[in-house]
Amino acid sequence: MSTVELTLKQQPELYLETEKITPDSFAGKSADEIAALDVYEGNLTHKLGDFFTISGTPGQTAQDTVIKVKGDLLRIKWIGAKMTAGKVIVDSNTDMYTGAFMEGGEIIVNGNTGHFTALGMKGGNIHIKGSAGNYLGAAYRGDWRGMMGGVLRVDGDAGSDVGTFMRGGEIIIGGNTDVHVGTHQEGGKIVVKGNAKSKVGGQMVKGEIIVFGTIDVMMPGFAHRDNIDLEVDGAKATFKRFEGDLGERHPKSKGKVIYGQLYIKA
Amino acid sequence: MAEYIIKNGFVVDPTQGINCEKMDVAVKDGKIVDASEVMGAKVIDASGKLVMAGAVDVHSHSAGPKVNVGRNLRPEEKLNCYNPAKGAKRMEAGFSVPTAISSGYIFSRMGYGFAMEAAMPPLYARHTHEEMRDTPIVDEAALPVFGNNWFVMEYLKNNEIENTASYISWLLKVTKGYGIKCVNPGGSEAWGWGMNCLTIDDPVPFFDVTPKQIITGLIEANEYLRLPHSMHLHTNSLGEPGNYQITIDSLKCAEGIKADNDFGREQVLHHTHLQFHSYGGDSYSSKSFESRSKEVMDYFNSTDNLTFDIGQVTLDETTTMTADGPFEYHLSHMNNLKWVNKDVELETCAGVVPFIYNPNSFIGVAQWAIGLELALQCKDMTKCYLTSDAPNAGPLCRYPRVMKWLMSLKSRDEILDACKYGESVRRQCYIGEFDRELTLYELAQMNRQGAARMLGLSNMFGSLKPGMEGDVVVYPLNPESDLDDGEKIEHAFGNAEYFIKKGELIINDSEIISNGSKRTFWVNAGKELTPQVERDVSERFKKYYTVTRNNYEVKEHHYVPNEYMIEVNAA
Repeated sequence: MSTVELTLKQQPELYLETEKITPDSFAGKSADEIAALDVYEGNLTHKLGDFFTISGTPGQTAQDTVIKVKGDLLRIKWIGAKMTAGKVIVDSNTDMYTGAFMEGGEIIVNGNTGHFTALGMKGGNIHIKGSAGNYLGAAYRGDWRGMMGGVLRVDGDAGSDVGTFMRGGEIIIGGNTDVHVGTHQEGGKIVVKGNAKSKVGGQMVKGEIIVFGTIDVMMPGFAHRDNIDLEVDGAKATFKRFEGDLGERHPKSKGKVIYGQLYIKA
Repeated sequence: MAEYIIKNGFVVDPTQGINCEKMDVAVKDGKIVDASEVMGAKVIDASGKLVMAGAVDVHSHSAGPKVNVGRNLRPEEKLNCYNPAKGAKRMEAGFSVPTAISSGYIFSRMGYGFAMEAAMPPLYARHTHEEMRDTPIVDEAALPVFGNNWFVMEYLKNNEIENTASYISWLLKVTKGYGIKCVNPGGSEAWGWGMNCLTIDDPVPFFDVTPKQIITGLIEANEYLRLPHSMHLHTNSLGEPGNYQITIDSLKCAEGIKADNDFGREQVLHHTHLQFHSYGGDSYSSKSFESRSKEVMDYFNSTDNLTFDIGQVTLDETTTMTADGPFEYHLSHMNNLKWVNKDVELETCAGVVPFIYNPNSFIGVAQWAIGLELALQCKDMTKCYLTSDAPNAGPLCRYPRVMKWLMSLKSRDEILDACKYGESVRRQCYIGEFDRELTLYELAQMNRQGAARMLGLSNMFGSLKPGMEGDVVVYPLNPESDLDDGEKIEHAFGNAEYFIKKGELIINDSEIISNGSKRTFWVNAGKELTPQVERDVSERFKKYYTVTRNNYEVKEHHYVPNEYMIEVNAA
């Protein structure tokens, strides 16, 4: 594995869209070639090298490439977007769309991420050591394909609208979430270790939501079925099992109607 | 105005019987002229390239309320599909429902000089015209919908052709419309009661008129008015397995009626997106669903007063939108995606649903096959037009891909071989029986000579004869060496190297350099309202409408700043 280090030297005046910061676009390039990649600020096109100092060399393939991004990245969007392999380590807080539409590889963020983190993620691993904003692992505005696969772990809290239109993969949130978890969910698993507020699983069709803490206000479309023991992310506990959202259509599989599963620690 | 001479290209122009001959084409003062008439004209070197007249699109949806609702419904399309501004060219965005600006550029890159917006709800005529106004370069016109109009149904119940014609003439004038569109006759009205008209003999609730009466009556009213275009029909039971018999029954409504007009039009009925109407079987499963294109085309080929367009499925993710509200409702319940139903007072309704024609599914590829079969079985290519009912069966920008499939057996086989249901499609459809590959001449017969004639515009578009509109396109395709390569065909027809529209250079060296001076065409049928229709319209508006007649009127200076009025001489 070869490592490239990017250090922010110039804060953008607006926000910088850097979807080119991925192992895929760095692989096989020299530091100068990387510096010449396009980044966007509003309707202006700049070079990556205008904002970052670049040192080290990437590997020949994305898989062999590690990118470390350093500096105050609160105005940097789209880090690691659409990456398919390799590793991105982010030193601080980032703005929106970190790891959006990611297909493989790994992203580690040693800070908080903004909204729309892991939007429409298809595969790979993301670990956020801090907290995440709204629309974590959700679908892009208007789209019906939210997170499809991979594992997304947030050690801190998450904002509202976690996993909207989620279809696969796993989201594990160490802390609490705001309103709207798993809205329109059609698959996959959301684990909330802390508390969720309200509107959990609204219009959910399939998939699982597991809450270790409390839910302030339950959706009326969920019915309590039974209590079961589960092992979730290494922790064993007894959970109340709900099915829903009963107001929504539900597909049949092998003659049985499939419902969304909502578990709350008993 | 600049003069141009396009030198040494391979010219294809069926109207003049020119088939890939090396010759020069000249444009002066916005018109095609004889090459000897230009002196000191700017020379465009077209050697080794294909030169054709600007193409004519007979049926697509690129402007109007439901298109705009489609744009609002699908913000996600613009995330990865955009093209920044460059010089005179403005920003483009969107894929299946591109922005108005983008639509104009897509038409231009494909070399289209005229396009017909296929469904204009009368009450939203103003909106439709505003969007057409903002669609650069390509000349356009729109067809108001009449098949579920309360007045039309009332008059046709009693077979009052003169009153129907009078009402149509009035509505064409106030909405600046071009001709008569009829969508799911009676069925969209029945949808207001939660019902539908599935065959042409199902009476419309309350009105007690059948779709058959509506179709026949509108054809007769059209010929009574002697309009440039014929009745333009989307018949009942679109997309339903087993609907081919309804299609043939609908086509038979035109039997014995002769075209009456001064525009060179020969057909009295145009059946649109015929692909969606040529299905056999009783479900969408690979065991039951089958093509009935042969039966439909056997009937079609035996007639001389009909035309159709194929409505080719392009195997893309697209956005369906039609004034067939009940169909869209059922579609939304098939794929469970977001949807919109839109009602427009008492005249029509519409729905919008995103849809994915999956190239790995049986049904998607079977629909794809049926569209191509229709064109491949047609005997007179001037009566068959290439469309994708854009964006219903596929985005507008996919026309070149459809041309590839029509012109290359190998490209068709690639689709069938790649799909795991390819064998089922070959068994259930006729696609495997045809090795016909359309020629450039036939392609030009479809979307140039034929399309212009069926719209009543053959004196302006579709040919490079001196005197025609100065619409010329140069495609980077060498007919002597490139026709074996499907990819080259697709690329060439989507990326014109030069495009001259009405004498103005729009595309130079594959770059859009001008936004042209687009015109909106409309038809003034000249008939005043008969006293009875005048009284009916006033009374009904007072009694049933929440708007007044003034809400319809499309004022030229704002909505149609660059109009082209076609006046009809009554018999």
